[in-house]
Amino acid sequence: MARPPLSDAELVERYGPHLNWEPPGGWDAGLEIEREVDTHCAFCGQQCGITLKVANNSVVGFEPRYDFPFNEGKLCPKGVKRYLQGGHPDRLTEPLQRTEAGFRDATWDAVLDRTVSEIRRIQSEHGPDAFGVISGSSLTTEKTYLMGKLARLGIGTANIDYNGRLCMVSAAAGNKKALGMDRAPNPWSDIPHAQVVFVAGANIAECAPITTDYIWRARDRGAKLIVADPRVNPLARTADCFLGLRPGTDTALYGAILRELIQRDLLDHDFIEQRTHGIAEAAAAVDHMTPKWAEGVTGVPASRIEQAAELWGRPATGMLLHARGIEHHSKGVQNVLACINLGLATGRYGKPGCGVCTITGQGNGQGGREQGQKSDQLPGARDIGNPDHRAEVAAAWGVEPDDIPQEGLSYEEQFDAILDGRIRGLLLICSNPMVSLPDTAKTRAALEKLEFFAVIDFFLTESAFHADVVLPGSLHEEEEGVVTTAEGRCVKINAAVSPPGNARRDTDIICDLGRRLGAGQHFAMDGPREVFEEIRRVSRGGVADYAGMTWERLEAEQGIFWPCPTEDHPGTPRLYERSFAHADGKARMLPVEHRDPAEVVDDEYPIWYTTGRVVSQYLSGAQTRRIGPLIEQYPEPLCEMHPRLASVHGIADGDLVRVVSRRGSIEVPAQVVESIRPDTVFIPYHWAGHKAANQLTNPVLDPISKIPEYKVAAVRIERIGPPQRPVGQAAP
Amino acid sequence: MMGTKLPGSDELIFVIDQSRCIGCGACVTACAECDTHKGTSMMHLDYVDRSQSTQTAPMVCMHCDDPTCASVCPADAIKQGDDLLVQSADQSRCIACSNCVYACPFGVPEVYPERNMMMKCDGCYDRRSEGKAPMCASVCPSEALWFGTADEFDRTRAGTLANSFQFGGQHVTTNVYTVTHELGPVDALLGRGETPQAVTDPFGLEEVGVS
Repeated sequence: MARPPLSDAELVERYGPHLNWEPPGGWDAGLEIEREVDTHCAFCGQQCGITLKVANNSVVGFEPRYDFPFNEGKLCPKGVKRYLQGGHPDRLTEPLQRTEAGFRDATWDAVLDRTVSEIRRIQSEHGPDAFGVISGSSLTTEKTYLMGKLARLGIGTANIDYNGRLCMVSAAAGNKKALGMDRAPNPWSDIPHAQVVFVAGANIAECAPITTDYIWRARDRGAKLIVADPRVNPLARTADCFLGLRPGTDTALYGAILRELIQRDLLDHDFIEQRTHGIAEAAAAVDHMTPKWAEGVTGVPASRIEQAAELWGRPATGMLLHARGIEHHSKGVQNVLACINLGLATGRYGKPGCGVCTITGQGNGQGGREQGQKSDQLPGARDIGNPDHRAEVAAAWGVEPDDIPQEGLSYEEQFDAILDGRIRGLLLICSNPMVSLPDTAKTRAALEKLEFFAVIDFFLTESAFHADVVLPGSLHEEEEGVVTTAEGRCVKINAAVSPPGNARRDTDIICDLGRRLGAGQHFAMDGPREVFEEIRRVSRGGVADYAGMTWERLEAEQGIFWPCPTEDHPGTPRLYERSFAHADGKARMLPVEHRDPAEVVDDEYPIWYTTGRVVSQYLSGAQTRRIGPLIEQYPEPLCEMHPRLASVHGIADGDLVRVVSRRGSIEVPAQVVESIRPDTVFIPYHWAGHKAANQLTNPVLDPISKIPEYKVAAVRIERIGPPQRPVGQAAP
Repeated sequence: MMGTKLPGSDELIFVIDQSRCIGCGACVTACAECDTHKGTSMMHLDYVDRSQSTQTAPMVCMHCDDPTCASVCPADAIKQGDDLLVQSADQSRCIACSNCVYACPFGVPEVYPERNMMMKCDGCYDRRSEGKAPMCASVCPSEALWFGTADEFDRTRAGTLANSFQFGGQHVTTNVYTVTHELGPVDALLGRGETPQAVTDPFGLEEVGVS
C-alpha cells in the first residue's frame, strides 16, 4: 500500500516545496560566468528561446535570447526565474526507498532491481496490463519516445498514457476528426496577418504570455479581437467583442455564431464546396440555435453573438486560437469541432493569417504526444489500432506487430483501474496527479491502493510522497534533446549542466530499466542523440515525420516544422495549403449538437465552478512552487467571485470562504472582482493538499478524448470569516 | 499630457504603452536580476483597481529632461548622464531623505531602509552602453515596454508618441515616451468608436438581466 511514510507536514519540511530566492551561493557570490548556453524555457508549449548563464556546473542566471524568432528575447516571469531550480535545496540527488521511518537513500542497483522485480511479480500474478505507466509532456521527445517503448517492449503493458491527456487531447481528437491530422495548422507568424483574432477559452496573457504580442501586432494593423471566456482575463479586457459565457455552454455559443454566419451568408462557398464535406449536416445541427436561444443558454447577449459573427465573418482573413477553456470538458472534442466549423465555414485554412489553432500547454505538449507515449498512438503519430501503422513500427523496432500491445487505458482510466484492482503497480515520470487529476480524494485513494509505485523525478512531488522507490532524474537543463512547440516547430534543447550528485539523465534511467527488464536489444542507445536518430528512423513515413531533421539542422534553422521527410525538405510551417490530411484531401464539417456539462447547478450546489492558471505558476507547481519570486507574485489560491455574488453571502474581499462540491471542499480567501460572471467562481489549480482546487472538480471524461471536465462543476460557497492574515500572504 | 518632442527617426527610444500591459510581471522579475540591485526590482507594476478590472500599469523612470528628483536632492546624489538617463542615487552621497520620492511627478524613486538609500530605474544604462536593450523591454511579452527606433515605432505600431506632461503648474518633458490612443475599439455594427464592452459591462448584465 503506497501510503506516505510520514505526515504531509513532515515530508514538506524535509522535501519542500521550499522557496529558493537567490542564485547558487547568493547574490554576492561573485560567480565567474563560465559559459552561456542557448536553449529554450523549461515550461510552457511556446518554448521561448533563452540563454542560460553557467558557473560551477550550475545555472545561475539568464540573458534574453534575441536571435530566436518566436520570442526575440521575450519571456514571462516563469522563464526569467526558471534557473532557480538549479542548486535548489529540495533537489533529489540520491535514489530513495520508502521505509516506515521515512525515505532512505538507496543505491541505483537497489531501486532499479526492486522496480524490475515488482513489475514482474505484479505481471505474473495479475497479467501484463496490471502494471501501468504514466509519463509527461515536459520531457524531451527522446524521453517520451523511450517511455512508450519501455512500456510496450520493456514492461509489455498496454497501459501507458501521459499528462497531455489532462491538457489538449480534445484538440488533438477534434483536429484529427475534422482535418485528418493533429497539429496546429499555422506558424504563429501568421497571427499578425489576421484581420480578426478570435480567442476561445484561452487565457493567453497568463498561460501563453508571448502569444499576446502576436495578437497586439495584428491589432496594430487594425485587426479586431473577439474573446470568449467566463472571466475578463487580461487580454479580454481590451476585446472589441467580449463573450462572457457561462461555463460549459461553448457548443451553444459557437453553434449560434455558425448559424449567424449562414443566415448572413458570411460563408466562403467556394472553399466549402471544393475543400470540405458536411456543411448541410453541420448547418442542420445549429439551425435551432438562434442568438436569443443561445443567450438563454450561455448568458451572452444575443446582440454580441450577432456582433461576433459579423466581426469573424466579414474580413478576408482571421485566426481562432483556443486552449483549455474549451478543451477541458466532457464535450471538449465537440467544442473544438464547433470552433473548427467556424474556420471551415469561412475558408480560414491554408492561407496567411488564416487558421484555427490550439495553444498547446506543455513544453513538449505537441512532441510529447506524437512519438509514442499516448495510449492510442505509436511513434510518428501513428494509430495503435491501425494494422498498417503497427506493422510499420514493428518493422522499425525489429519485432512482430503482435508484440506491440493494443490501445491501453488513458490517464484517469488507469486510476479507475487502480481502484478496482486491474492495475496494481505504477511507474510515474514527469507528472503530479495529486495536484493535477480531478477529484483529489479519489486520486489519493488510488495511489494508496498501489502495491508498488515507482517515481522518476527531480523533486519529491506530492505524488511521489506515496512512492516505494524514487529515481532522481534530470532537470530540463541537464539533458539535451528536442521538443516540438505549440506551433509544430521542433527545436533543440541544449544541456547547460550535468545532473548533480547521484541523479542521472532520464534517458539513462529509462534505458537502464529497459535493459534490466531483459529488453536490452531495444534499449542499447547511448544517450539522447542516438535516441533521436532512432526517432527519425521510426517516424519515417508516419504523420509526424521527423526523418529529415537532424540536431544540427534544428539549431541552424531555429527549428523545423514537421512533417519533414527528407534532409533537403524545409519542413512545413503552414498546413493544408492545398489539401487536408484525410485520404480524400477534404476537411469534415461535423454536426455539433449542444448538451449540458456532466454536472449542472441545482439548489444544493447553485454556483458554477471553473479552474485555471495564473501567470506565475506552471501546471502542478512541482517546479514553480519552489521558486520564491514566483510564489511572492501570487502566494496562494484565491477564489474569484463577482461582487453581486459576494454580497449575497456577506463576503468581502479577502474573507476566508469555503467552496464545496459533491467531491470535497476547500478554504481559501475570496478575491471579489467584477472580472468574473456573477454565477461563477474560479480557483487556480497549481497547489497541493488542502489548497488543491481539484479537490472539487468532477472526474468525468470526454468519451472521445478522455480529458477530464476541469472547467465546469457545481459548488456552493460559505463565508467562514474575516481575513486570517494580509490578503495574498501565504500561510506558513 | 500635452505636446510631444518628436524623436529623430533613427533615435533609439523607450516606449511604455500601458494599454498593452497584461500584468504578467516579467519586467519585475527580470529587473531584479540586475547586478547592481541584486534581487530587488526597480520596476513598478500595479493594478489600477483589481476589484474592477485586470488593467495593470507598468512604470519605469521616465528620465526627465530636467529631472525634478535631481533638482530637489540636497546631497547632489542624482546625476544625469550624457546618455540623458537619470541615474539611481550615488550611494556615497545619498542621505535617504526622501525628497526625490516626494518630488517625482511619476512616483518612481523609492527609499530602501535596509540599504539606507534611494534606488530607482536607471534605464539599464550599462546594457545600453553595450548595445543591448533594457532588460524589462527585452522580456516584456506584450511589448507594453518597448525599445527601438522612432521610425520602427511609426512603421509597426498603433498610437501616438507623447513625452510632454503637465502636472499642475509643472511642465515636464521626458526621454521615455508613452502612447496615446483613440478611445476604444470601433463598434462592428455601428461603425463608431466606443468604450470596450469588457470595461463598461463585460457580461452584458443589464441586457441579459442576470441578477
